[in-house]
Amino acid sequence: MSTRSNFDNNLKELKDLLLTMAEKSEHAIKEAMIALLNQDIKKAKQVIEGDNEIDDLEYEINNKALLLIARESPVATDLRKINVALKVSSEVERFADIAVNIAKSAVHIGSERHIKEIIDIPKMMEMALEMVSDSIKAYYSEDITLAKKSAEKDDEVDKMFGSLIQELLSYIPQNPNSTNQIIQLAFVCRYIERIADHSTNIAENVIYLVTGNRVNLNA
Amino acid sequence: MTISTLTRQVFDINHLNLWYGDHHALKDINFPINKKEVTAIIGPSGCGKSTFIKTLNLMINMVPNVKMTGEINFNEQNILDEKMDLVELRRHVGMVFQKGNPFPQSIYDNVAYGPRVHGMKRKTHLDEVVIKALMDVALWEEVKDRLNAPALGLSGGQQQRLCIARALATKPEVLLMDEPTSALDPISTLKIEEMILELKEKYTIVIVTHNMQQASRVSDKTAFFLMGELIELDSTSNIFSMPKDSRTEGYITGRFG
Repeated sequence: MSTRSNFDNNLKELKDLLLTMAEKSEHAIKEAMIALLNQDIKKAKQVIEGDNEIDDLEYEINNKALLLIARESPVATDLRKINVALKVSSEVERFADIAVNIAKSAVHIGSERHIKEIIDIPKMMEMALEMVSDSIKAYYSEDITLAKKSAEKDDEVDKMFGSLIQELLSYIPQNPNSTNQIIQLAFVCRYIERIADHSTNIAENVIYLVTGNRVNLNA
Repeated sequence: MTISTLTRQVFDINHLNLWYGDHHALKDINFPINKKEVTAIIGPSGCGKSTFIKTLNLMINMVPNVKMTGEINFNEQNILDEKMDLVELRRHVGMVFQKGNPFPQSIYDNVAYGPRVHGMKRKTHLDEVVIKALMDVALWEEVKDRLNAPALGLSGGQQQRLCIARALATKPEVLLMDEPTSALDPISTLKIEEMILELKEKYTIVIVTHNMQQASRVSDKTAFFLMGELIELDSTSNIFSMPKDSRTEGYITGRFG
């Protein structure tokens, strides 16, 4: 019999809760993006309302983690697992907040006709979401290689962000009446860029979890 | 070895092997112990940790059929050398055990015992030593009005602190503690731990403990023993955050041992 099967089960439950939270946050981001592209205000509002559920999950993870620290006196890998679960849950909570921000931008733009077809923003989002999905998978399977791979895409996202912002700002002189829409779309680009940053933070935490070393993948 | 490392070390143990009859209880132990540090020794029952600590003042010699090879250098003198004066060694290397074991005498006489054995007679000198030792273990305030009361009337935690004061009264350099709090309640345990942190300003302390949190709270270095081998010796923060050996990790996280 394992000497700490109860503790091990609790650590697994903590990880599973975090995975559920991450899945819900990813889903919220995708829904917010669809709401923005299809100008679906109803869907955008659903995303905004759905954030409470994700916040509740974060509280649950925090409470569980603190209880495990208090009851099990974790050290070494066990302590890092709990520490990293707390850190990753904060990053994932930010994903959900960003989904809300994108949804709010969709609401602000409302039914105003898009100044042009939106093509590059979803592309940038796809790349950021790949990073999210890989970093969460890397966390779940404690896979350093995958963590590093996911963080490598951050530069590409940053590059796209730079060129998209320039492009959007260049539309303002010709479309002064759509300034609000253009600024909202620029915000969305910034939100997506932040998704990539939070995902990189998760990847850094995976490396710390496995090796005990703090690294900066966003240098 | 540089001079600076020589001066920092109070003990330098090289290739120490110990047998109880045919049983090889300590296997090629290499273990430096630094001055004014607390070194904790952890490991499962039977790993050799108590055996090891008892070699440091040669208490182990009281066990029949013990054979040792290698070197235990105490201030650059190998104590395994036959010419070693054991009384002198134990004056410099004091020891306290699991349970307080005061002599059936007064509180004062318990602490004065060592200095008297070593020839101290004048009351003023003895008073000074007794008061200082009782202050060092934070017992003075609790017993100053009843120094002539029997030591056995003290609580378990107080008895243990009295025994530590008794060990300190001979002005040792090193204090060995073999599970000093395993028979004490949590508050008495924390008092001893606080005391250890204060004592390390003046003394080198080696403590054997089954309580991993205790090792992590009080020690600078932690050594993990397993089946007679020293598996890992490192700073306590490294041992409890990122041990190098998977057996250490397994033991401190409670997965085996």
